[in-house]
Amino acid sequence: MKVTVKYFGMIAESAGRTEEVLEVASGTSAKDLKDLQVRKYEISDAESVQLAVNQNLDSKVELNEGDEVAFLPPFAGG
Amino acid sequence: MDKKKLKKVFVQGAIPPEKIANSIANHQSKTNIGAHSIFLGQIRADEIDGKTVSAIDYSAYEAMAENVFHEIREAAFSKFEITCAHIYHSLGEVKTGEICLFVFTSSAHRKIAIEACNYFVEEIKANVPIFGKEIFEDETHQWKVNK
Repeated sequence: MKVTVKYFGMIAESAGRTEEVLEVASGTSAKDLKDLQVRKYEISDAESVQLAVNQNLDSKVELNEGDEVAFLPPFAGG
Repeated sequence: MDKKKLKKVFVQGAIPPEKIANSIANHQSKTNIGAHSIFLGQIRADEIDGKTVSAIDYSAYEAMAENVFHEIREAAFSKFEITCAHIYHSLGEVKTGEICLFVFTSSAHRKIAIEACNYFVEEIKANVPIFGKEIFEDETHQWKVNK
C-alpha cells in the first residue's frame, strides 16, 4: 500500500526532499516507518522527532492506504 | 466546525506594526471590552558560538497548524470569558527586531485578558508544528528549538 510522507525543517534537509510517496507492507506502524526513514536518511536526534498520521500525533497507529505521515522536528513557533 | 470558518493565522514575512495599531483601532467600537492584552514575539539577535542570528526563516506543516490554532482558540474561548482573540504568526524570513507572533485577547476585565493571552502563547509554542531556521550573518544556519 502507498502512503504519502512529508518532511519538515531539519528532517527535510537531511532527507533532501519535502515529500515522497512510499510503498509499505500492510501492518506497518508509524513507528516502524519512522525507524526505517531515520536509518535511510541518517536523521539525527530521532527521539525529538514526532510523527503525525493524518495530522494526529500518534506513532503507535498502524498505517492505512493513502495515509499522510508527517515527520516533525521540534516545534519553534513564536 | 466548517473548515472555511478557520481564521487565517499565517502571514508572509514580518508582522508590520501598522497591523497591530489597526487591530487596536478595530476594537474601539466594541465597548463591552474593558481590557486588551497583547503579546508580540520579536526576533532576537542571539549570539551562538561567536555568530549572530540575523533572521529566522519560518516554515510549518500548514494544514495541521491551522487546525491546531483553531483547537487552541476553541479551548481558550471555553476556558476564559474573552470577547475576542486574534493570532497572527509569520511564515518565511523575519529579520532580527521584527515581529513574528502577534496575540491579541480582549475581555471585560484585565485578568482574564492577560491570562488568556498567556495561554495562547504557551499553547502555540508547545503544540503548533512551526519550524524556525536561524540564519546567521555569514548565511550559515541552525534549527531553532523552543525552550
